[in-house]
Amino acid sequence: MRAPLSWLKEFVEIPNTITATEISDSLIRVGFEVEEIIKEGEGLSGPLKFAKVLSIEEITEFKKPIRYVGLDCAEKETRYVICGATNFKVGDIIVAALPGAVLPGDFQIAARETYGKVSNGMICSARELGIGEDHSGIMVFSEGDVQIGSDAISALEISDVIFDIAVNPDRGYALSIRGIAREIAGSLGLNFKDPVDALRGLQFPHTGKGVSAKIADKETASVFYLRTLSDFDPAARVPIWMRRRIEKMGMRSISLVVDITNYVMLELGQPLHAFDKSKIAGGLIIKRAGKSQKFITLDGQERNLDPDDLMVCDDKQPLALAGTMGGQFSEITDSTTEIALEAVRFDPVCVAKNSRRHKLSSEASRRLERSVDPSLAEFASARFVQLLTANSSAKHVATVVDGEPKFAPVITLDPTYIPKLLGFEISWEEISRNLGIIGCDVNDKTFEIDPPSWRSDLLTPSDLAEEVARMIGYAKIPSILPPRPNHASLTPTQKRRRAIANMLASRGLAEVQTFPFTNQETIDQMGFIGDRASTYRIANPMSEENPLMRVHLVPGLIEVAARNISRGAKDFAIFEMGSIFRSSQKLIPAISPELKKRPDAKTIQSIYDSVPPQAYHVAGLLVGKSENEDWQGKAHGYTWQDAIAYAQEILDLCNLSYSIKRSDFAPWHPGRCAELIVDGKAVAHAGEVHPRILAKYGLPERSAAFAVGLSALPHSNLVRPFRVGTMPAAVQDVALIVDSSVSAQDLEAALRSGAGELLESITLFDRYDKIGDGKISLAFTMTFRATDRTLTGTEVSEMRNAAVAAAEKATGAVLRTG
Amino acid sequence: MNPADVESWVESAKKAFAAATDLDSLKTARLAHLGDKAPISLASRSLGSLPPEEKASAGKVIGEAKTAITASLQKVTDKLEAQRDAKVLLEEIVDITLPVKRAHRGGLHPISIIKNEISDFFIEQGYAVEEGPELESGWLNFDALNIPPDHPARTMQDTFYIEPVESGMVLRTQTSPVQIRSMLEHEPPIYMICPGRTFRADELDATHSPVFHQVEGLVVDKGITMAHLKGTLDNFAQAMFGPDVTTRLRPSFFPFTEPSAEVDIYFNGRWIEWGGCGMVNPKVLATCGINTDIYSGFAFGMGLERTLMVRHNITDMHDIVEGDLRFTRQFGVGL
Repeated sequence: MRAPLSWLKEFVEIPNTITATEISDSLIRVGFEVEEIIKEGEGLSGPLKFAKVLSIEEITEFKKPIRYVGLDCAEKETRYVICGATNFKVGDIIVAALPGAVLPGDFQIAARETYGKVSNGMICSARELGIGEDHSGIMVFSEGDVQIGSDAISALEISDVIFDIAVNPDRGYALSIRGIAREIAGSLGLNFKDPVDALRGLQFPHTGKGVSAKIADKETASVFYLRTLSDFDPAARVPIWMRRRIEKMGMRSISLVVDITNYVMLELGQPLHAFDKSKIAGGLIIKRAGKSQKFITLDGQERNLDPDDLMVCDDKQPLALAGTMGGQFSEITDSTTEIALEAVRFDPVCVAKNSRRHKLSSEASRRLERSVDPSLAEFASARFVQLLTANSSAKHVATVVDGEPKFAPVITLDPTYIPKLLGFEISWEEISRNLGIIGCDVNDKTFEIDPPSWRSDLLTPSDLAEEVARMIGYAKIPSILPPRPNHASLTPTQKRRRAIANMLASRGLAEVQTFPFTNQETIDQMGFIGDRASTYRIANPMSEENPLMRVHLVPGLIEVAARNISRGAKDFAIFEMGSIFRSSQKLIPAISPELKKRPDAKTIQSIYDSVPPQAYHVAGLLVGKSENEDWQGKAHGYTWQDAIAYAQEILDLCNLSYSIKRSDFAPWHPGRCAELIVDGKAVAHAGEVHPRILAKYGLPERSAAFAVGLSALPHSNLVRPFRVGTMPAAVQDVALIVDSSVSAQDLEAALRSGAGELLESITLFDRYDKIGDGKISLAFTMTFRATDRTLTGTEVSEMRNAAVAAAEKATGAVLRTG
Repeated sequence: MNPADVESWVESAKKAFAAATDLDSLKTARLAHLGDKAPISLASRSLGSLPPEEKASAGKVIGEAKTAITASLQKVTDKLEAQRDAKVLLEEIVDITLPVKRAHRGGLHPISIIKNEISDFFIEQGYAVEEGPELESGWLNFDALNIPPDHPARTMQDTFYIEPVESGMVLRTQTSPVQIRSMLEHEPPIYMICPGRTFRADELDATHSPVFHQVEGLVVDKGITMAHLKGTLDNFAQAMFGPDVTTRLRPSFFPFTEPSAEVDIYFNGRWIEWGGCGMVNPKVLATCGINTDIYSGFAFGMGLERTLMVRHNITDMHDIVEGDLRFTRQFGVGL
């Protein structure tokens, strides 16, 4: 919302000693962000005069058209200037900068020779004067608009300060000069003159029958003023002051009728719509479109109406998309002589829906969906009649009204409420005074507050608390720490996640955070199937490239790896922690219990249950070498083993015991993927990434990955440590020959089960696969220890033999001799 | 046996050891003075043939002499061994500035670092750190927060909706639904923060990302005032931006707070918008079943990316979201 200082000063007495920055600060203090202070006419000085074009000589020998123009500047002699623009004709009035003038950007005007002629000044465009971006042509006026030879700087009110203000959605009233002026007055303690006061009680004589006005459903609009005017001469000109104000607001001047509707909207905040009365069949009624149909709006767009669209219709057809945009059929044209002027307080939600369904946000809809002062339908339409009849031949015929304004209810305020909420002493007198400044009627005996008509947002004591706080100034609120609760800590789950992240980071993995979006192609490429491939789809994704929620963390890591490789990285390791979104449950229709009271326990539970579980994972990707290749030669490359090691270390860190088996599991190499099992549940996978995927994304061969489902991990039990034995250990080595299909883990488990409780540890120290016949040899070191005695040789041999016997039984292992 | 002879053996042994220049010549001297054929050894062996009355005194003399010789030998041995070691180790000098074999440099993502930092700051003050799902019920993300169905924030431009749209499921646009969950699950007093990932349908550019992070805080207790909100924010701002930072509250609008404010910080010579805050709207408290006659509360929320960008002078969001290792590794683990 723009607000020129010259216009604001009509409604608030701002002394010249107050600077633009002080005004801006005063607005910021009461909650209006000033995005820009535009100083128009800065660096501009005259003489700048209106001049009439007397003659035009077209000079054609140059690359572009050049005109040698004779001007009447109310001087003794005709003044001649060179001009490159062509959008004017003899008889037009233009703005001429005469020698000695300085235009913005320190552009000094002097008489000079150019294109073989002497140019005695310059014809100006809006942009050259620093009052607009329009560089397409020079500013053109008509005789009667302005006086030839008069000073254009003052006539055009060029020197002005314009505030560009961001208005929060609850403050629709401030989308008007009236509203902004009131805020400045309140913030700076200045006098405010409400422009509406001059419009109260304004009556226009009825001279005939007006167009009828009706609201079909009072839920959609509370009050409808329809004023009919006749005898309008379409040749009427827009007064220069009005044109300039509309331009300063960032809009374009169109015609007198349209300009006045805009002017009144900008001044007071009430959108108006003018119909060409001759196009109206019968009367006007505000009602729903009722059925889908085509409708062409003012901007020439053909739109498909929704049956729910709120429309202003005549007896035959819809004429305007209510509160949003008028229709082309009944718009004001250059032959319109009779006008029906509509001013309605529409329901904000109806207008918001109209605007949203048609993706059409207009100056009118922006105001109406933020709620407009219900009393303004009367006053703004009266202001229109006042301005149109004063500036043209138009006459008021009749005013028809349907409905009546509805105002916000009275609020009873506990005088202690606001000080208690804000946290410092405020007397009732001060509360009362500040509520008065924003326009409330305050009853100091009953503490009843009647909010002003334009503040439909003031409904509760907390709304009033904000008003009092901002008028007193948020800066006055003291800074105090609240009482401290006794204790808090991270939850065990949060501690576990943090420990894992820190462990991986300190082992050389860099954490990344990817967008959790994916697409079907990626899911298929990774080889995910069944439950692991099904996910939720975003109804309105950023792009059709990634419309699905991710089902796994590794694909995102692969994409980040590919990006790093494309930027020159070769060897690295990365990890990510986050949620995945497999569609484990079907979504049910939204549960939306009533507000302002706690839903019952069952409803709360059903809302919770309607949200699908989103498993939290950690995954890592190991690319290329695990260390840098340098002067010491070849470096160790990451393999499936490193990935499995990280998965194991994560489970170790959580103090969980696990078993491992080989698994054919996407996106891993079918022969090189380990599945880690805790309490019978597969919780992690690790190994070499499928070579097809590595090739597809240009990752080095043998790159490896791990993924651990952290939400699937059980809590670790409280540790109850065994007593550390101090008796000497007895060490025994065994080498066993088994089929190569027997896993090291199974053989170790068999040895362990046979060895008995005194086995302290067992470690594989040799694997030999050159025996042939599909056999391999696995050799283990077994360490035995008793807590209470030194073991005898016989005891140790017996335990060793029992272990070997168990291994023979379980795996067909044969003790290797010699 | 003449004690003077024994004395001379000791003296000559000491001299011989002292004269040794290296461990080899010391060995020769040792053999000569302590070996089997050394006078002291011969004398020691002949003790047995002495008459019993001489045996004790002679044994004592020889024993003392042997101890003296051995001690002298040990001293010289220590000295020469140290000399030898120094020489050998000197030859083993390496260029310790050569690049050594190391694992890659890892690190936490800066968003994790700042999230941990904020969590630690509030835990220390007794706040719980709570989390919630990213794919969230629309009622928890909007309605319960007093964002009615026709609020601009609910239009398709800002929110990612999940199919079928009738489910009302959204990618949470703020971490506020965690506040609602917290109030539905716990009786006051509530002191909590909820850092987490949030989503809005904004194109990725230098300052926006469709996927970003927030931290919100909520306090609901007896007698909580806007002054407490201000105190908490001042404290928090100083923890994030240093002791010299100044905060400013500016009146603003959020459906879930009343009064509402923007929090600005004065940092590096200018005012910067940091986040939003306010007193929890009584409508929101009532929806969560909290008695507004007894309890009041405040809430605040900040973007983690924004906090990080302001504090570390990061000028482009792309660096935060792209996962380029050259960016992330600079932060280490944030200690």
